[in-house]
Amino acid sequence: MKLPRLSSLVFGCTLLAGAAQAPADTLEKIKDAGSITLGHRESSIPFSYYDDQQRVIGYSQDIALRVVDAIKRELQLPDLQVRLNPVTSQNRIPLIQNGTVDLECGSTTNNTERQKQVGFSTTIFVVGTRLLTKKASGIQDFSDLAGKNVVTTAGTTSERLLRKLNEDKQLNMKIISAKDHGESFLTLETGRAAAFMMDDALLYGELAKAKRPGDWVVVGTPQSLEAYGCVLRKDDPVFKTLVDTTIAGLMTSGEAQKLYAKWFESPIPPKGLNLNFPLSAEMVELYRNPNDRALQ
Amino acid sequence: MSYNWNWDIFLSPTPSGESTYLGWLLNGLQWTLTLSLGAWIMALVLGIGLGVLRTVPNRLLAGSAAAYVEVFRNVPLLVQLFIWYFVLPELLPTTLGDALKQTDPLAQQFFAALLCLGCFTAARVCEQVRAGIASLPRGQRNAGLALGLTLPQTYRYVLLPMALRLILPPLTSEFLNVFKNSAVASTIGLIELSRQSQQLVDYTAQAYEAFIAVTVLYVLINVLVMFGMRVLERRTRVPGYIGGK
Repeated sequence: MKLPRLSSLVFGCTLLAGAAQAPADTLEKIKDAGSITLGHRESSIPFSYYDDQQRVIGYSQDIALRVVDAIKRELQLPDLQVRLNPVTSQNRIPLIQNGTVDLECGSTTNNTERQKQVGFSTTIFVVGTRLLTKKASGIQDFSDLAGKNVVTTAGTTSERLLRKLNEDKQLNMKIISAKDHGESFLTLETGRAAAFMMDDALLYGELAKAKRPGDWVVVGTPQSLEAYGCVLRKDDPVFKTLVDTTIAGLMTSGEAQKLYAKWFESPIPPKGLNLNFPLSAEMVELYRNPNDRALQ
Repeated sequence: MSYNWNWDIFLSPTPSGESTYLGWLLNGLQWTLTLSLGAWIMALVLGIGLGVLRTVPNRLLAGSAAAYVEVFRNVPLLVQLFIWYFVLPELLPTTLGDALKQTDPLAQQFFAALLCLGCFTAARVCEQVRAGIASLPRGQRNAGLALGLTLPQTYRYVLLPMALRLILPPLTSEFLNVFKNSAVASTIGLIELSRQSQQLVDYTAQAYEAFIAVTVLYVLINVLVMFGMRVLERRTRVPGYIGGK
């Protein structure tokens, strides 16, 4: 390959990226296509994950389906098709931007950096970042991690916090970035890492999947509070208003609290284990006053 | 499109402040090069050895080399990587496995990826070498043996010098494949080029700039390899054979 051809290739790529046009008006797009594409996660228990029949379920997925119901009413399209598109921490934002996915409800933290690229709905959940470790490990808090291997999931806010903590406090931790929460837990379970840092709700979710849930414990002072929101395209006020009012409606009507009880305080698939994750003060406040503020 | 282009992102400092995002990419490039070149050397040594074994007149040796090829060629690379990284330490005796898992994670990831990529590519190189040897007229082997050379000497002085020169073009594609396949290492957390670009996306949300930069870097590596291999091909051409003068 000669160099002039190489530069034209690069130029071509740039054009291609620029041409990945996404419609500004999502509702219009949904109406034209007669279908909506929801982005979902594959192992974000209990927010958005597969049950043992490979169906997508979870707290966020339930919320997404309520939003779909509202869209059906709004557009008077009772048989609107719902397409499901699995996403990862790394591709969820580009997929929203290029129009592949219309709405992603999973476990995505709303932060100011991401707001430059995509829009966020009313917050659906508030989590703190903590540690999952073996009961017998003796680890009580982040300071106990000095010199140890610690795993976290690539592309998450925990990864950043952990790297920052390592620098700031000179903990000399060795950080492993696994591909998804399932792999992070596998890394912890096989003894490669002493602890797994992640959003507390997800840690309870991984704990529920463990072979022997009794061996594991969630510890540590929360390093940060994070607000999960559904992701939608930026600068699409019509669609955002519809999504926001639907979610806020769920919260003020008390329905969101029922969803909370269903996913966090009762037995859930795949193993019928109860996460026993009590409603936090932040969540009570959120349900009382729904908002779309980023906490980061 | 609802996208804010920002090419200056590469020069802005990372959150920890010790480097720029461009520095991250170059660091990832270093890992990709080390991993791929290491795996390539391993694949050549192992692959040539196995390729020779596949053609020797000994059923046991030829059969075991064939078995190796079938196993490593027929299992997806990603699955092989997970076996090297996640399953292998569990199969070792518990104390040894645990000791292995407590070593530096970066070293674990690197060596798992190196072994995986090296063994996988060796199976492919082996088949090229076998094809190269098989493409030579049978008389060459017989002539070598008739001259009183032992079988190893026949391979060393007659068959391999010809076969290796003949298979350079297909070997070039294998060499290119090593670089591209090295991206699988990102799935076990090795911060090589493609992982570093994903990290850049995570931190800056500037997905397109990161992916374009990484595409350009991969293309650059492969263009260099292609040029190098073409020069080598020209110098080692066998007169009278395809492409020879």
